[in-house]
Amino acid sequence: MTAPEAATGAPETPPAPESLLAAPDQATQAQIRDEIVAIEEAHARALADGTYEGGRTLLDYPPYRSSILRHPTKSPKQIDPETIELTSPAFGQRDVAAIEADLTLQHAGEPLGERIVVRGRVLDGWGRPVRQQLVEVWQANAAGRYIHKRDQHPAPLDPNFTGAGRTITDDDGWYEFTTIKPGPYPWRNHRNAWRPAHIHFSVFGSAFTQRIITQMYFPGDPLFPLDPIYQSIPDQRDRDRLVATYDHDLTEPEFKLGYRWDIVLTGAERTWTEPEGGEH
Amino acid sequence: MIVSTPEGTPVPSTAGQTIGPFFGFGLPYQGGNEVAHPWSPGAIVLSGTIRQGNGDPIPDAMIEIWQADSDGSVPTARGSLHRDGHAFTGFGRTGTTDDGRYLFWTRNPGATEPGKAPFIAVALFSRGLPDKLHTRIYLPDDEAALAADPVLASLTDAERATLIAVRTADGGLQHDIHLQGEKETVFFAY
Ligand SMILES: [Fe+2]
Repeated sequence: MTAPEAATGAPETPPAPESLLAAPDQATQAQIRDEIVAIEEAHARALADGTYEGGRTLLDYPPYRSSILRHPTKSPKQIDPETIELTSPAFGQRDVAAIEADLTLQHAGEPLGERIVVRGRVLDGWGRPVRQQLVEVWQANAAGRYIHKRDQHPAPLDPNFTGAGRTITDDDGWYEFTTIKPGPYPWRNHRNAWRPAHIHFSVFGSAFTQRIITQMYFPGDPLFPLDPIYQSIPDQRDRDRLVATYDHDLTEPEFKLGYRWDIVLTGAERTWTEPEGGEH
Repeated sequence: MIVSTPEGTPVPSTAGQTIGPFFGFGLPYQGGNEVAHPWSPGAIVLSGTIRQGNGDPIPDAMIEIWQADSDGSVPTARGSLHRDGHAFTGFGRTGTTDDGRYLFWTRNPGATEPGKAPFIAVALFSRGLPDKLHTRIYLPDDEAALAADPVLASLTDAERATLIAVRTADGGLQHDIHLQGEKETVFFAY
């Protein structure tokens, strides 16, 4: 973590961060699944009677135990964005080295696992490309282990894999990463909790209000119905949008398997203008 | 999913997901909290604590800020990731410490239009938070501009107080964010 210690320290001694990762009640998977189904059914009823108010990810989602104390209890206030919120930080090719888009080349040797390419476009709400913007990814290795110091999963680290990458979209909104397919991993939300394999994505749009952090999943994962993070999106159509598509045309013979995944940002509040010249 | 609808047709957006606990090796970067170089003229410290519903500090949140320069202009300098030591990029990112604290070096933003109340735009992420949150950090100094701000005017006094920073003795800004609880910060949707 890069944040320096603040000058005025808080007097309390907070618990060690890794000790917070286990939910205190340690419910069974069956209990968690029952809670998931109950929320899903309530969502289906709200859709049917027209009372669903939108908001595709539920902030108040108790099956994800650590959200209980960390979601706002009041609905967000709907406001009109102002100047600064309608613009976005500028990133350019100078910010990112080309090699950062290939997570298999960051060490002396080859990482273990199934080599894949993930390619897709970043679009706005009108299907227009988001050009020259930053896309960042981070993920576990093939064994489901993060290099992060708070990850206690007793699976091996891979000395040839860090699992973080960056790129800038091209003028048609395309990004591409070469990496290793991450493994599923256990966590302590409830007993025998496992996350489906996923890659974390962080994306900027042309307005700061379009900022998004999300997760990309792989098709057909048997852990989907059991996972309270994937399920914190109550609508199946919205969940499906987080799942990559296998693309045999993108697969390279005897080298890597291809997945396609497009990311669509909210709205398009600002009138589209051609980006000014400059760095490419 | 692959989007196959033609350009110009509305497309449903991708839903957000939690940042999770393990972003620390992927997202924070060197100098990420130095929106302005600490030794540059006009540099101030903006800091505070991010807390959850029971008042405990959150040691695994990430906060991003985006703001105008002191003259109210919107920064267009590249290099938000690759700090060159002098450009004011207007963008900062930092994780919270084990005490739930964040700290940025920045400048006071100016009003982007005459008479507007200057504020810093915030995007907030945390383990346990299923999607991002947006809020604002208003400067406390120009009371007339704050009184005229339509967003602040639509709030109760207690809600309004959650959006306005405190000026510290050394000219910096102190601002806590509460995800839940009695002092729950006001968050925005656009
Ligand atoms: Fe993860």
